[in-house]
Amino acid sequence: MITINLNKVDVKVEEGSTILETCKFYSIPIPTLCYHEGLSPGGACRLCIVEVGTPENFKVASSCTYPVREGLVVRTHTKRIIEIRKMLIELLVALCPSSKTIQDLASEYAVTHVRFKPKNKDCVLCGLCVRMCAEQMDAKAIGFVGRGINREITTAFDVKSDVCRTCGACMYICPTCQMRCQGPEPSGVLCNSCLNISYPCVDVHNQVMCYMDPCGACLLKESEEKKKVVSSK
Amino acid sequence: MNKIKNIDELGKIKTEIIKNLSPETPCIIISCGTCGQARGALKIVEAFRDAIKKLETIQELPIQLRITGCHGFCEVEPNIIIEPEGIFYVKLKPEDAEIIIKETIINKKIIDRLLYVDPVTGKKIAYKKDIPFYKYQNQLISGNNSLIDPTKIDDYIAIDGYKGLAKVLTDMSPEDVISEGKKSGLRGRGGAGFPTGLKWEICRASKGETKYVICNADEGDPGAYMDRSLLEGNPHSIIEGIIIGAYAIGAKEGIVYARNEYPLAVKNVGIAIEKAREYGFLGKNIFGTDFSFDIKIVKGAGAFVCGEETALIASIEGKRGEPQQRPPFPAQKGLWGKPTNINNVETWANVPVIINKGADLYSKIGIGRSKGTKIFSLVGKINNTGLVEVPMGIPLREIVYDIGGGIPKGKKFKAVQTGGPSGGCIPAELLDLPVDYDKLTEVGSIMGSGGMIVMDENTCMVDIAKYFLNFLRDESCGKCLSCREGLDRMYEILNDITEGHGTMEQLNLLEELAPVVKEASMCGLGQTASNPVLSTLRYFRDEYEAHIKSKKCPAGVCKALIEYSIDPEKCTGCTACVKACPQEAIIGEKKKPHKINQNECIKCGACKDICKFDAIKVE
Repeated sequence: MITINLNKVDVKVEEGSTILETCKFYSIPIPTLCYHEGLSPGGACRLCIVEVGTPENFKVASSCTYPVREGLVVRTHTKRIIEIRKMLIELLVALCPSSKTIQDLASEYAVTHVRFKPKNKDCVLCGLCVRMCAEQMDAKAIGFVGRGINREITTAFDVKSDVCRTCGACMYICPTCQMRCQGPEPSGVLCNSCLNISYPCVDVHNQVMCYMDPCGACLLKESEEKKKVVSSK
Repeated sequence: MNKIKNIDELGKIKTEIIKNLSPETPCIIISCGTCGQARGALKIVEAFRDAIKKLETIQELPIQLRITGCHGFCEVEPNIIIEPEGIFYVKLKPEDAEIIIKETIINKKIIDRLLYVDPVTGKKIAYKKDIPFYKYQNQLISGNNSLIDPTKIDDYIAIDGYKGLAKVLTDMSPEDVISEGKKSGLRGRGGAGFPTGLKWEICRASKGETKYVICNADEGDPGAYMDRSLLEGNPHSIIEGIIIGAYAIGAKEGIVYARNEYPLAVKNVGIAIEKAREYGFLGKNIFGTDFSFDIKIVKGAGAFVCGEETALIASIEGKRGEPQQRPPFPAQKGLWGKPTNINNVETWANVPVIINKGADLYSKIGIGRSKGTKIFSLVGKINNTGLVEVPMGIPLREIVYDIGGGIPKGKKFKAVQTGGPSGGCIPAELLDLPVDYDKLTEVGSIMGSGGMIVMDENTCMVDIAKYFLNFLRDESCGKCLSCREGLDRMYEILNDITEGHGTMEQLNLLEELAPVVKEASMCGLGQTASNPVLSTLRYFRDEYEAHIKSKKCPAGVCKALIEYSIDPEKCTGCTACVKACPQEAIIGEKKKPHKINQNECIKCGACKDICKFDAIKVE
């Protein structure tokens, strides 16, 4: 076991693990898109970036690929890191607005406007399917082709692969294959429905016995009442 | 050829080679790098061979021909130097060969019309050493190009080649070599400027029996070619450097990773490796010591990103050229998982010089934390295009005006872009800036591998930023979202601005996005990719705003924002522009002012180029 300084707290970690694994162990929420526990880290989506080093001399690195070492100083939620993550999420939403995973990320990080023209792509090139196919299915049927803006995921020479068993693992793991939830159709590319949701209280007419304690609706009501009291004073 | 066993044998061979050279015999040195060959240098060589053969029947002619790599002065290719006088003839044609031999070599007369004309003073200069382009340089590394035929190892031995290696192997321990490297202050010439001695030390300290050294010859910047010139012109200096480095690190195998687009460089390095093996500088028990080492060439397919260390390693291993997160650094876990040391071509070429001169003497050249000389490829709107080698810390002004000869057609200097596509633009106010690693970083640019693109008043900075971003979004590997999408979105915004439908909100978004790409991306490409945008925004923000607010391109470049018109006062009605216009958009009677039909005009600028009366206005 070695000690690292995680958000100003010294914590013990297993040697050989990554910063992201440490954060997950200590329940520090780090957004990820191209990470999966069963696969090797990709470092492609950059959402899991953290600051490594002292506040005076640090670098930004993806936590999923960064191995811990004794005395490492890590900050996961500085103002700048959150700003960068928000910009990356904005890029992701504009790239692929139909993905529920990405819309959820946008709501979680309070990304409320997208200033880029929507591309409406189906793939964000996170590479999960490529790694899934190679590492778990041992097939290597798909891979990256081209570079830069022409990068895409396909089979070799764009023809039906001999080694593909049509197992569907690539579809299972894809973060964009899952469609947006069937709520009201948003006017723009951003859904943000989860942000504006008001908790429906089933107990309003005293007709049912609410077993939730506390429920979001009650908390909301309480805080609103508190606000009213403060403002009336 | 027997293998050379020790330093005395090397000395003997050298004296023998020098004995056979007669310095009084006239020697015609023809610059035959890729740049020279493109301008027809091979035809000149043929012409000289034919001329010598023809004239030999009349009288005895002890003339030597030396076919060398590039001499650096690419503007005036094909050029020749005639030794021992050092006469410099420029822009030759094959038919000049016979005249040169008859006049200059036999009759000892200088041919006036073939001399170099100084663009600043208009005077003709006969000798190479008097030409300002060469006079103000310090050609520590590149100067040897004119002294040796790259295919002849004897030429290199004659100028003390492999002497440094002999010294290292017989007198110095690997630790001595490393401390000499550290003392010299040499920093990586490939871009990041990491201290070379320290890099070697880290790699030597890494655990492992097998270690590798790699020469990074994947030069991909548009407009930069100093590595190519060294590989073509003086491959042995690089090989000697690699062997010395390998000895210091403890590596047994070396790789030269060169791009396939450099066929002459690959060929010359291949010949040099063969020759070095023949002489026993490569192979088992070099100079009779326990040290064994060999080099092979790996050809890359020419991806810009493969110049990045970890992507280069992946490419050698046969994988996709994609960078990996560091740590682990290549010095800990590099090629095939073994400790690997990668240095740039120019860095390796500096190594024998340091050993021969001594670190103390070497570190006297340069300034502050940047030691030695640096080769820049000076291109763009400049009179003397070519490779210039200057001591670190020289003011930018001296490079542009004294060596470069200023801007053609008396136009105003606007900016210089250093460090390749991911470098920044330095404006005219900062012309007195000393060129070294730290100062360039301070002003928002980088040393990079040494590209230097000069721009005049007719260059639109938004268009330049757009050009480099277009290059980078193509050449990014595309792995990181921030780099792939970020660069594409930045390009999209710049495209909107140059097309005339940019908004101030977009400009703000650009300013917000550029630092994100810089900070969030994994490798050096992404981390420097926003530099062209950030530096032009820093120094030329008014130009961006002119494009957005008043829908004008001040430099008259962005086609959507300019309009060609004819000044009726100046137009003489000569109809030259009418003939030049591919759209037949210019109408008017002879000897009366003409007009441009704006609906037909495609803004190609053909009329402006042909007009002798400066009557075409661009607004």
